[in-house]
Amino acid sequence: MMTKHVRNLLSLLQENRGLGSKMTDSKYFTTTKKGEIFELKAELNSDKKEKKKEAVKKVIASMTVGKDVSALFPDVVNCMQTDNLELKKLVYLYLMNYAKSQPDMAIMAVNTFVKDCEDPNPLIRALAVRTMGCIRVDKITEYLCEPLRKCLKDEDPYVRKTAAVCVAKLHDINAQLVEDQGFLDTLKDLISDSNPMVVANAVAALSEIAESHPNSNLLDLNPQTINKLLTALNECTEWGQIFILDCLANYTPRDDRESQSICERVTPRLSHANSAVVLSAVKVLMKFMEMLPKDLDYYGTLLKKLAPPLVTLLSAEPELQYVALRNINLIVQKRPEILKHEMKVFFVKYNDPIYVKLEKLDIMIRLASQANIAQVLAELKEYATEVDVDFVRKAVRAIGRCAIKVEQSAERCVSTLLDLIQTKVNYVVQEAIVVIKDIFRKYPNKYESVIATLCENLDSLDEPEARAAMIWIVGEYAERIDNADELLESFLEGFHDESTQVQLQLLTAIVKLFLKKPTETQELVQQVLSLATQDSDNPDLRDRGYIYWRLLSTDPVAAKEVVLAEKPLISEETDLIEPTLLEELICHIGTLASVYHKPPSAFVEGSRGVQHKRLPARAGSGESAESPDVGQSGPAEAPPAVIPSQGDLLGDLLNLDLAPPTATIPSVQPSMQMGAMDLLGGGLDSLLGGDIGGSPSMGAGLGAAPAAMPAALGSAPAVGGGLGDLFDLGGGVGMPTGAYVAPKTVWLPAMKAKGLEISGTFARRGGIIQMDLSLTNKAMSVMTDFAIQFNRNSFGLAPAGPLQVLTPLSPNQTIDVSLPLSTSGPVMKMEPLNNLQVAVKNNIDVFYFSCQYPLSLLFVEDGKMERQVFLATWKDIPNDNEAQFQIKDIHLNSDAASNKLQGSNIFTIAKRTVEGQDMLYQSVKLTNAIWVLAEMRIQTGNPNYTLSIKCRAPEVSQFVYQCYELVLKN
Amino acid sequence: MIGGLFIYNHKGEVLISRVYRDDIGRNAVDAFRVNVIHARQQVRSPVTNIARTSFFHVKRSNIWLAAVTKQNVNAAMVFEFLYKMCDVMTAYFGKISEENIKNNFVLIYELLDEILDFGYPQNSETGALKTFITQQGIKGQTKEEQSQITSQVTGQIGWRREGIKYRRNELFLDVLESVNLLMSPQGQVLSAHVSGRVVMKSYLSGMPECKFGMNDKIVIDKQGKGGTTDDPGKSGKQSIAIDDCTFHQCVRLSKFDSERSISFIPPDGEYELMRYRTTKDIILPFRVIPLVREVGRTKLEVKVVIKSNFKPSLLAQKIEVRIPTPLNTSGVQVICMKGKAKYKASENAIVWKIKRMAGMKESQISAEIELLPTNDKKKWARPPISMNFEVPFAPSGLKVRYLKVFESKLNYSDHDVIKWVRYIGRSGIYETRC
Repeated sequence: MMTKHVRNLLSLLQENRGLGSKMTDSKYFTTTKKGEIFELKAELNSDKKEKKKEAVKKVIASMTVGKDVSALFPDVVNCMQTDNLELKKLVYLYLMNYAKSQPDMAIMAVNTFVKDCEDPNPLIRALAVRTMGCIRVDKITEYLCEPLRKCLKDEDPYVRKTAAVCVAKLHDINAQLVEDQGFLDTLKDLISDSNPMVVANAVAALSEIAESHPNSNLLDLNPQTINKLLTALNECTEWGQIFILDCLANYTPRDDRESQSICERVTPRLSHANSAVVLSAVKVLMKFMEMLPKDLDYYGTLLKKLAPPLVTLLSAEPELQYVALRNINLIVQKRPEILKHEMKVFFVKYNDPIYVKLEKLDIMIRLASQANIAQVLAELKEYATEVDVDFVRKAVRAIGRCAIKVEQSAERCVSTLLDLIQTKVNYVVQEAIVVIKDIFRKYPNKYESVIATLCENLDSLDEPEARAAMIWIVGEYAERIDNADELLESFLEGFHDESTQVQLQLLTAIVKLFLKKPTETQELVQQVLSLATQDSDNPDLRDRGYIYWRLLSTDPVAAKEVVLAEKPLISEETDLIEPTLLEELICHIGTLASVYHKPPSAFVEGSRGVQHKRLPARAGSGESAESPDVGQSGPAEAPPAVIPSQGDLLGDLLNLDLAPPTATIPSVQPSMQMGAMDLLGGGLDSLLGGDIGGSPSMGAGLGAAPAAMPAALGSAPAVGGGLGDLFDLGGGVGMPTGAYVAPKTVWLPAMKAKGLEISGTFARRGGIIQMDLSLTNKAMSVMTDFAIQFNRNSFGLAPAGPLQVLTPLSPNQTIDVSLPLSTSGPVMKMEPLNNLQVAVKNNIDVFYFSCQYPLSLLFVEDGKMERQVFLATWKDIPNDNEAQFQIKDIHLNSDAASNKLQGSNIFTIAKRTVEGQDMLYQSVKLTNAIWVLAEMRIQTGNPNYTLSIKCRAPEVSQFVYQCYELVLKN
Repeated sequence: MIGGLFIYNHKGEVLISRVYRDDIGRNAVDAFRVNVIHARQQVRSPVTNIARTSFFHVKRSNIWLAAVTKQNVNAAMVFEFLYKMCDVMTAYFGKISEENIKNNFVLIYELLDEILDFGYPQNSETGALKTFITQQGIKGQTKEEQSQITSQVTGQIGWRREGIKYRRNELFLDVLESVNLLMSPQGQVLSAHVSGRVVMKSYLSGMPECKFGMNDKIVIDKQGKGGTTDDPGKSGKQSIAIDDCTFHQCVRLSKFDSERSISFIPPDGEYELMRYRTTKDIILPFRVIPLVREVGRTKLEVKVVIKSNFKPSLLAQKIEVRIPTPLNTSGVQVICMKGKAKYKASENAIVWKIKRMAGMKESQISAEIELLPTNDKKKWARPPISMNFEVPFAPSGLKVRYLKVFESKLNYSDHDVIKWVRYIGRSGIYETRC
């Protein structure tokens, strides 16, 4: 019935329907003369309409390139009263840019706006209300209310949809006003509007407003409204569909039946041409699927329906492919069954942009299984010969991961890696050696035959990670490598130029070698031990050296048991996202959070998006399905701010990656060692126990060399066992009453730290400031290598020693640690004053959090001022510096109060009683020698105290007062 | 939502800057220029986070389009919007170039004001936009015209206006497929898929209701069960299995989901009705058989045979085979039976072009490549041999079965509409490793 035909003529005709290219506006970009502003002013005030318009265009062009043309404000605004719509729009554009800097003159525009809002032409009414909302000047905002109210009820849907968005704009400027004026209710009514686009914009505006009011019930989603949304979903624009789907994703269905019926109505969206519609639909389905029973037929059907659209996303433009791949990475972790048969589509194409290639590779590894491993390996081998260094490295690493993940393939992987080593491409060889080390750990005593090949490449290794891996291999298999001693010796020559990682590894490897072949290697081990303990200023290295030295010299049998202990197995899946974070990210499919693989709170400022989203519970699993899923999991009090890892504001914190802090431990004279060793002698074996095993990084765990520490420093608290007691000098040293210590609060929630939860508090014990921490491992894998560092802060707080976490922290385990602090660190004024930004590192990542310490931490023991000095100082400090506070509800007499305060180093110098009022004069000295003077008035029978604080640095008064309150109330 | 939108030229000079949100300052314009456009390294991600501000960018020739935000926006939507923005600009003034953008900056600002409100994308169908963003002013409109515009922009059928009239009702369907292949040197298909598009040009009066049918396996099988099949005994490529398809927003998705029927009211003029993907029973129009031999360290011998694999009566066109050569190539000698072959040093490849080739034919090229001796340890990566071509059939086997047009209010029927169909198969990424 139809025929083939080529038809040029028609298509040619079609093309000419568009606008001709008559305009040559580019000339406006070129004017950069000196008297330009003056000329423009004249032109703007010209009588000729055309000239006026030309001038406004020039102004806009200048504005675009960043020139300041705000001086022309009155002249431009004068052009506003026109019936030329193009000109009007240009003037509006100008207004939006400069109104904020010229608020008084912006008022001149109000009349025109109000008039335009009454215009018979709906396009003009909408334009006016749209523009007015963009002008962030309070006075204009007031005038906006009436027109907006009318426009929200306008007969024309175009005006209503514009007004809906305008409510969100107004809310951003003045939230209270929007609430007072009742706009929120009107906006809610628009969800039932007959026009789908009005519904969509109302949903978008409400969702945004709701985000900044976490606990309000603004988006009151119930089955009726959901039904309205689903109806509008079929009819509105692609963008509107996205707004609605994103809003739907926040709803929690009451039961599995409702869940299923919503899913059924959302699935058709998977065929939409717009990828964002598809991804948002996937988000709704992934979320609601949680509630469906797995034995339901529909559940299986749904799973099958999800794969094709996800694969189709990979034929989109590269930028969208990237977004899709980042999301697929999450989906594959949450529900691997969806894409398990689709491995091939993730094969890298030669011309893919590098960001697409790297993401595909990640997903390939996740999907690798026994069924497809042959194909995957063949591909990976191809990739390892590509050009991009990062990509090649990742491909090589991927081969290693396949070996560890799919046991049956290990042999083939190893031989592939050997082939790659033969290419002699430097970075390929190094990467291969790093992964082979892991393969050895996973399959001990299986592939050692390849060691010879590895040894051939010793010389070409110049990266620390590869060198460390190679040294580990040599040490671990020393008995099978004839010239192991020579190999290790060759590394020893440049010992001090190596990175810490390599040094530590070399130390351990040589000790292993010694334990295996004691006869020939005595000299070597002596050499490395003295290099590590005497010539190094790295405490980790020294500590490890001492431990080995003592172990070897006291009990070689025990040493053997410790150093050559069996190693724990390494896990199969690496780089898995921690489950709670994964759940949250699934709720954010399609958004930036899913691209960054970070919760929104990590990159969004302010209150927006800080609530954590959760997946709904499966029906019947105990938890009531009615509970809304939003805003429940967030803690009630303000959570500690978590500082993201991007951004450079914490630059100095970031250098933590290298090693735990150095330099706090005084260096040791070699002569001291022997004696000190006796001191600890026999206890050490039992202390070290079995669990340190041969973990390559155990040095950090073993902490400060005990002998090296002057006892008074007491910086090895809670090391467990006897050692802890030995150093616990804190308690009971000359304190009348104990200082108040606040209970621990959560500083770093597990959600934000890949499963590591840190809670803590501060205490001052016997003149020593301590940070008491509880580290809890809520992830699935073991955590090791803890270290801590502070950002510069107001009082120079800094760790006085390394963070001592002796044993690896296994899942669900909690360890309590006390970290002694010094006040000799670098100083930087913080906001608030007592804010402390902390970075904690473990084997997984570096995490940041901030906490606030009570100022009483810094009140020193010799803070009692002489009476005379007090009087003189009190007079000396200007009255402006005096601050008054009320402390309410204290039922203590003045003596009890002063006793209590003394416990926290707030000293009462004198007491006067005047007319039934007790006046206490008190002094406090801070670690940085700032004196704070206080007068506390206590009236018998009145539970409210009055506190006057005087200090040369008045900004501390507020915080001193907080301490008073804390101490007195507890 | 989107906080701002910037357009830059290749030097990083800003051509268009429109800020929608208060949290985006003027410094964002510079941050993107410094960190992305002027970055020394090649772009490693289309999304960049600079000082807690996220930048999404796409490039069209040497123009950068960047959307900025400080919130957790829908990233897929932002990119879709940027693409749409490019489409709209192209529809208004043609190619996206610095000159065209400068020439139309007032228009672009007007468009940006309309299609993005407070960072929320609004109706961006060119059909609708062109009714009221014309750069001519709109004072001449009557009340009816105005309300027609607003109802179209906000309406259920935002892509088509009422009252379109043609003397001759005509429609054109193009089935455009790109066939993708990755083949091992031994001739094993590593991956192959067809991504197809059905592009429609409709010149129809009124608000016609259309129904489109193709040889979709699911539909055919369903009808087969109903007992209405015309030729049940015949096997062969009667129907094809479609892995997935997506549709223009005019198609009623819920109806497709429940009945698998494709019904819609089409936009006027040209648009893309659907996209689809197939992976089963693909006709691979060409097979490439490579043979690379390294003769010593300074010489390579390459022989490539191509075989066409379709009906002898059909002609393939614009055939191009691209054989990569090592970076240290010093000279190339080529002999080919058909077409022209040339070594292009700047592209590191031998390019072999054949104007036309019929089905079931074979042709061959052989080349000797002289290499400069190098001490580079790294082996040559041997990029795959790629191919370009165009064939007058659909490699997926897709056939249009019908496109019915119903317009009840006007007096023309399905029979009066003149319909044209053509099939074009092009190479996508068609590679054979060597």
